[in-house]
Amino acid sequence: MEIELTEREFMYPGHVGCPGCGAAIAMRFVLKALGEKMMMVMPACCWSVIAGPYPTSTLKIPVIHSAFETGGATASGVRAALDMKGDTETTVVTWAGDGGTFDIGFQALSGAVERNEDFIYVCYDNEAYMNTGIQRSSSTPYGAWTTTTPGKDWKKMRKKNIVEALAAHRIPYAATASISHPEDLVRKVQKAHAIKGSRFLHIFASCPTGWKIPSEMAVKIARMAVQTNIFPLYEVEDGLRYTINLKPKRFPVREYFKIQGRFQHLKDEDLEVIQKMVDEDWELLLRKAGEHA
Amino acid sequence: MKQVLEGSQAVAEAVRLARVQVVSAYPITPQTHIVEMLSDYCATGKMNAKFLRVESEHSCMAALIGAQSSGVRTFTATSGQGLALMHELLHWASGARLPIVMAEVNRALAPGWNIWVDQTDSLAQRDTGWIQFYCEDSQEVIDTTLQAYKLGESVALPVMVVLDAFFLSHTYEPVDVPSQEEADRFLPPYEARFELDTKNPCSFGPLVPPAVYMEMRHDMAAAMDTALTNFARIEDEYERIFGRRYGAVEAIACDDAEIVFVTSGTITSTARLVLQNLRGRGEKLGILKIKLFRPFPVEEIRKALKGAKKIAVIDRNFSFGASGIFAQEVRAALCNAPVHAPVFGYIAGIGGRDVTPEVLEEIYWKTKNNAVPERESVWIGLQEVRHGN
Repeated sequence: MEIELTEREFMYPGHVGCPGCGAAIAMRFVLKALGEKMMMVMPACCWSVIAGPYPTSTLKIPVIHSAFETGGATASGVRAALDMKGDTETTVVTWAGDGGTFDIGFQALSGAVERNEDFIYVCYDNEAYMNTGIQRSSSTPYGAWTTTTPGKDWKKMRKKNIVEALAAHRIPYAATASISHPEDLVRKVQKAHAIKGSRFLHIFASCPTGWKIPSEMAVKIARMAVQTNIFPLYEVEDGLRYTINLKPKRFPVREYFKIQGRFQHLKDEDLEVIQKMVDEDWELLLRKAGEHA
Repeated sequence: MKQVLEGSQAVAEAVRLARVQVVSAYPITPQTHIVEMLSDYCATGKMNAKFLRVESEHSCMAALIGAQSSGVRTFTATSGQGLALMHELLHWASGARLPIVMAEVNRALAPGWNIWVDQTDSLAQRDTGWIQFYCEDSQEVIDTTLQAYKLGESVALPVMVVLDAFFLSHTYEPVDVPSQEEADRFLPPYEARFELDTKNPCSFGPLVPPAVYMEMRHDMAAAMDTALTNFARIEDEYERIFGRRYGAVEAIACDDAEIVFVTSGTITSTARLVLQNLRGRGEKLGILKIKLFRPFPVEEIRKALKGAKKIAVIDRNFSFGASGIFAQEVRAALCNAPVHAPVFGYIAGIGGRDVTPEVLEEIYWKTKNNAVPERESVWIGLQEVRHGN
């Protein structure tokens, strides 16, 4: 797949993220895809820190930091003000983590999407509250250790399917993307940019610190999530039309789990349970996309 | 032009006259009439504004923070539980130095459910960095709401205009409504000191280390102090155009008064009647109405209460484990004055109970007949409650 991407950077060299931070990679590509006519609403998340403390900033675009649970609402207000000022060119983007999206910000997001506010909501998903020190969120996958799901209390619940929740709102556009597939990611950002109304991007953004993997594995682990079907790449238009963007090789999930410190406690039988869940989810997605295994 | 308006409608008229550009609200009794009227104005084009019908008060304040940060004038109204839900973002709005204006119709907090007047909701927000005005009647509501924009914008702080539930929000009175031309003369278009701008990309509200945070808070403190002096100047301007002024406080017959009632909101109107009656019987009563609660006008309060022999603060609110909140504040204001009278604290009208002239007379005689306060707070009109069988 060929994409056009500007040589320009909208991040200055240097940020305050951990080595190998998937969220920083995600930001770089999204900014390149959108360009400078944008404003970003940033509820509390890793990026509240990554962007740098006052008076520094790694971002070359206007940013308004906001309270944790207000990503959808603050963006609605920014959009309304721009509309009143006659500025229809500037794109409003909310940039939130999984905690700010799946959990505490879910109400404001749902409200904004129900109103079909004209903005792009990006959730970069590192599957836990990483900024506060690896606490479980409703995006944390089944089987994971976190500091609030330690020892035998590893998470026994499934990861919330946020794209399906958004699709149920009949959102004009919702898609998954991964830092391991930048062409697909950039194409989706640009596609979202061309659509009016609420648009949602769910970006898989690995966290070497929280997942307990070497930082040089950041992109590879994300690729493995896609190729095992743990994180399929697909898009949904108007909550109805599903397109699967990549047919994965369907590697067994085992290898993905074995190399991450956060899953070290899992036994073979646990991995079998997880494999079954992943297969089930994939079959369901195929059915929604009108395809068959 | 004189019109007969509810307090709620007076708010809405002022918001229209202020040419607010983004309104956001969530339904809660008893503020609903305000936003219903504004919805209608937006729908019919009587106002050129965008109305955001959000899914909670919390999102409402967040939306206004986003809008005001983008350089437009904003408004919302709420009550009781809604204000409590907004609490986190009240701090955010002031910390971000956004002159958002909000009408707050005082409502008692649950449980049990009570939609009637009680000031504990707004007074519990006293440390959030919002300027707070308490209004007595609908004319004061419309005037104060217009002034709130000018004052808030002059110091980059948000303003809460507080009204009593029903006694003010739902009561019709004749109100002199300014013309748009006059309102424009008083209140020029909003010019943000800073706003989100793609041509001048800035980061708003980022991580701030201890080396800077304290100075930012000190700036807010200084802005609050400035608000006190700016309010007097803004009232001068308002008076020149409209012929009305209120003062941060109003001292009524305080000069020769032996007992001074300290009041706020609609209780003041009832107190004015009681003052006439008691003065007619030779009793030397005065009233100090407190309109501006934040910043608290300490000097004006000390001055007005200088000659009083006894001070009776009437609170339609309560801070559990302490006392009525106005009483606390008045005591704190007076404690460093060279001399001051004893402060009697009375709790009345909680949860919408009527504060009648008889209630106020009871307070007067209790104060007169006791040399010193019996207790920090005396609850007036309590009924005997039998629990169980």
